[in-house]
Amino acid sequence: MLQIQDLSKNFIMHIRSDAEIHGFDHISFTAEAGKLIAITGPSGCGKSSLLKCIYRTYTPTSGDVYYTCADGSVVNLAKAEPWEIIALREKEIGYVSQFFSVIPRVSALDILISTQTARGVEAGKAKERACEYLEKVGIGKNLWDMYPSTFSGGEKQRLNIANALITKPRLLLLDEPTASLDASSKEWVMNMILDLKREGTAMVGVFHDEIAIRTLADWRYEMRERKIVPTDYKMDYAEQVLAEAAGF
Amino acid sequence: MERKKPVMWGRHITVRFGEGCDYCRTHTNLEKGRCPKCHTIWAVRDVDFQVYPGEILGIVGESGSGKSTLLKTLYFDQQATSGEAYLSLYHEGKENFLNVSSQQKRYLRNHMMGMVYQNPMLGLRMKLSSGANIAEKLIAAGGRDAGRMIDRSIELLHHVEIPTERLRDQPRVFSGGMQQRVQISKAIANTPPILLLDEVTTGLDLSVQAKVLDLIRSIQKELGIAMLIVSHDLAVIRMMSDRTMVMLGGRVVEEGLTDQILEDPLHEYTQTLVSSLL
Repeated sequence: MLQIQDLSKNFIMHIRSDAEIHGFDHISFTAEAGKLIAITGPSGCGKSSLLKCIYRTYTPTSGDVYYTCADGSVVNLAKAEPWEIIALREKEIGYVSQFFSVIPRVSALDILISTQTARGVEAGKAKERACEYLEKVGIGKNLWDMYPSTFSGGEKQRLNIANALITKPRLLLLDEPTASLDASSKEWVMNMILDLKREGTAMVGVFHDEIAIRTLADWRYEMRERKIVPTDYKMDYAEQVLAEAAGF
Repeated sequence: MERKKPVMWGRHITVRFGEGCDYCRTHTNLEKGRCPKCHTIWAVRDVDFQVYPGEILGIVGESGSGKSTLLKTLYFDQQATSGEAYLSLYHEGKENFLNVSSQQKRYLRNHMMGMVYQNPMLGLRMKLSSGANIAEKLIAAGGRDAGRMIDRSIELLHHVEIPTERLRDQPRVFSGGMQQRVQISKAIANTPPILLLDEVTTGLDLSVQAKVLDLIRSIQKELGIAMLIVSHDLAVIRMMSDRTMVMLGGRVVEEGLTDQILEDPLHEYTQTLVSSLL
């Protein structure tokens, strides 16, 4: 579903005498439906930049990101027009950022409702599912009509995840989704990600958390010195089920 | 993937004050768009853009970069020196509307576009009631039934959260935020496919700014109107727009997804602009 070929990103800071900051170099891998690729590596090695290049928040310096759309057409995300990216973000590609930038003066419930209505879900059904997801991620009913700017970091992150998952994207990019969560919230979130995997979503995630990696990942790649190093790690499905049964 | 057709698009739009000379015709990178030889001002130079259905396109840039002039050109407040602009609903997007007759321009202003100015004095008649201001737009679009026009004015004022008992009050007695809201209701009175907004929150205090922006966002969601928003405030652009164009010296120096423009600006000027964010 996603094929990354020779992708590189460098930042040229024109306002700092054209200083060049190296992001990552010549990265290639593929992600298949229903599988999760975990990217690991030390802070600052370019993991988040890689995800942002796939989502096109960053413009790749070179290389290609081929994505097979639901209608079977293939779009090179690295070079696609902004209107194509907007359409894909609306319908097929989700992104869980490390930090949730809240929409001001919109309640948690309304955020989840409008995310769905923007994709054509009927308002009543959207509200029903929004309530279901808020419950799933453990956000108390007393907070549903509150503005998320007043939420704690963990609550914001859970809302962020619910907002990305509620649309059941075909491709989901996860940037340390469990980093700021307590143990029980982490379990909810991991269960939701596993459910989505079973439904066929392809995922690429940046993780530091070994438990999350062992529970969720099918393949693991490590980033070292701006390059990606394939590891021999491949979690087998039976091991996953055991991990799940053992409560992670 | 099926490509959407833009609601409005422009090609090579140029607005020049002065005749120009050989130097400035061949040098596009003039400081502040001003020719050092003949002093011609190139307010807007060779600008291309597209606005897609239901989309908000933001235009940012410093004062004098040409962003408001571009908007005023599209709304016929300013004559274009050259270039073309099209509306998908006007002659199926086949006629350049910048060169049409005055009668056609009036038609386009009243049926196809709404404009909200930074200064409400430009968009409202301060000595007419707020209801009459809205009715003026309805009459211009062919409205004749007084009862229906009053009902529509009440509906629109209610939509922008102005108490309907203020229908007969003149906007000159309203606060700045209320005046902007009356302007917005006037601009959307005939449900145009595109709304042009020129620095609509500049000069308003923060809480009033927030209300105006929330209102614009809710209108965009409910009515699906495409919008072109000019602002020098990156926070406004971040909150409102899907795509952003960055203008400098009359030219578009960078355009892209709003999150890309703000997080990975490629042009030197955009980097300066983003690094100036408080």
